[in-house]
Amino acid sequence: MRNPLSDRIVGIKPSGIRKFFDIVSEMKDAISLGVGEPDFDTPWHIRDEGIYSLEKGRTFYTSNAGLKELKIEISHYLERRFHLSYDYDKEVMVTVGGSEAIDIALRAMINPGDEVIIPQPSYVSYEPCAILANAVPVIIDLKAENEFRLTAQELEDAITDKTKIVVLPFPNNPTGAIMEQKDLEAVAEVIIRHDLFVISDEIYAELTYKGRHVSIAEIPGMWERTVLINGFSKTYAMTGWRLGYACAPAAIIAQMLKIHQFAIMCAPTTSQYAAVEALKNGNGDVAMMREQYNQRRRYLVNAFREMGLPCFEPYGAFYIFPCIKEFGMTSDEFATRFLEEEKVAVVPGTAFGDCGEGFLRISYAYSLENLKIAIGRLADFVEKLRAEKR
Amino acid sequence: MREELLRVIEKNSRIDLKELAVILGVEEIDVVNEMAAMESEGIICGYHTLIDWEKTSIEKVSALIEVRVTPQRGQGFDNIAERIYKYPEVHAVYLISGGYDLLIALEGKSLKEVSYFVSDKLAPLDSVLSTATHFILKKYKDHGTILARKYEDNREKVSP
Repeated sequence: MRNPLSDRIVGIKPSGIRKFFDIVSEMKDAISLGVGEPDFDTPWHIRDEGIYSLEKGRTFYTSNAGLKELKIEISHYLERRFHLSYDYDKEVMVTVGGSEAIDIALRAMINPGDEVIIPQPSYVSYEPCAILANAVPVIIDLKAENEFRLTAQELEDAITDKTKIVVLPFPNNPTGAIMEQKDLEAVAEVIIRHDLFVISDEIYAELTYKGRHVSIAEIPGMWERTVLINGFSKTYAMTGWRLGYACAPAAIIAQMLKIHQFAIMCAPTTSQYAAVEALKNGNGDVAMMREQYNQRRRYLVNAFREMGLPCFEPYGAFYIFPCIKEFGMTSDEFATRFLEEEKVAVVPGTAFGDCGEGFLRISYAYSLENLKIAIGRLADFVEKLRAEKR
Repeated sequence: MREELLRVIEKNSRIDLKELAVILGVEEIDVVNEMAAMESEGIICGYHTLIDWEKTSIEKVSALIEVRVTPQRGQGFDNIAERIYKYPEVHAVYLISGGYDLLIALEGKSLKEVSYFVSDKLAPLDSVLSTATHFILKKYKDHGTILARKYEDNREKVSP
């Protein structure tokens, strides 16, 4: 029999998180700091709207690009929060989570052999999606001394005459890094000069702790070069609803929509009705969640300082990315021993790119009470390792 | 900081001051001063414990009583409210808009004790026109806390 599999897909490494997931799920009493989703329930008024839409029998497909009402709310939201103007009819589409938007944006823009610049550490799907889209991924290793921000020089150095797209994953999972206006202006200059496009994954846009998030699309000359991706998962604690969106110039959205139409048809209808409610009346929920994440963030920054683990202060998302190089172990070894000996799961930085070596991703999508228990165990573990070294 | 501080201690008044300072991103001394200031301004009125008495062996009966009263010249409702709130078994007194005037939350050891309060203390007051007593059968949620349910983390333990 012939090999039924595609060489390209077989060649893609499975997600580095999988291995940990398998160990942790067998360990009953393990506690976890490894989760990449909010601990809050979706606010009740949003869930209620989803339930109500089911009761009313709104169980049909929506149009491919999404409910008109939702697209209008999305364009209002982007205008209100980021002064970005998108025509709801031609420049906005609703997707199955931000993840689908990443995939179809790449597929809609890539010709075989085009290079896509991906700064790492970053979310696990950019590189495989680029490969699946026939692109050549070019990785930039972001640096701790730059607080894992992308600098204009790093970008400049990665550009070749084949470069077409730059992925901008900020606020960043797993590092918690953000890009402020001046950082964005610096890279925008390079992008415009080399005539490149940007896929800007802004799924954590509402979770920043140093002023409001700035979108690269706000920088003059960048709107027409940017596919902006956002969604409801992190902002409104709606991960399981699988709902995101992409905004871009009409010519790009039209092609993305073609892939979406043939592969997906439309995003879940119930989720879309719930999302309308989220955008209309969810501001207070977002503020409440942001405040609580921020309190936990401050708690962790302080705890790592007391432990003496080097860690830059993260201003975005709900992750902190401490450095464990002093122990002379790989991230994987550290995380495995920590799990076995203290029964706490964290994700090794290498799950998000090779340059995550020497770091751990710690999520603070947990209540302060739970964080305290887990961080107490981390402090014990760090003491133990230091004693071993002596 | 004041507003955020209040939101935190409204949910958890036992949080220690050092930790409070850390999560608010301020100095401990500033937290101490701010709390002292708010205590003296009467913004912080007490530090209570939310107890689900149902789960203890102690018998308690709670009731909400709607009261219609005649306001007094020059005093409005304040005088009559004061006469009522001075009873220690009265937990709360609110002036209400709508069909009646005062809403009283009452806690007693038994049905008899509550009835006694209504018939012998409350109803005979001169300005009280009528009362309607509602006994509380079950508390689902109190002070923003759901009493029946414990938080369960149903998320996958590791996710990207």
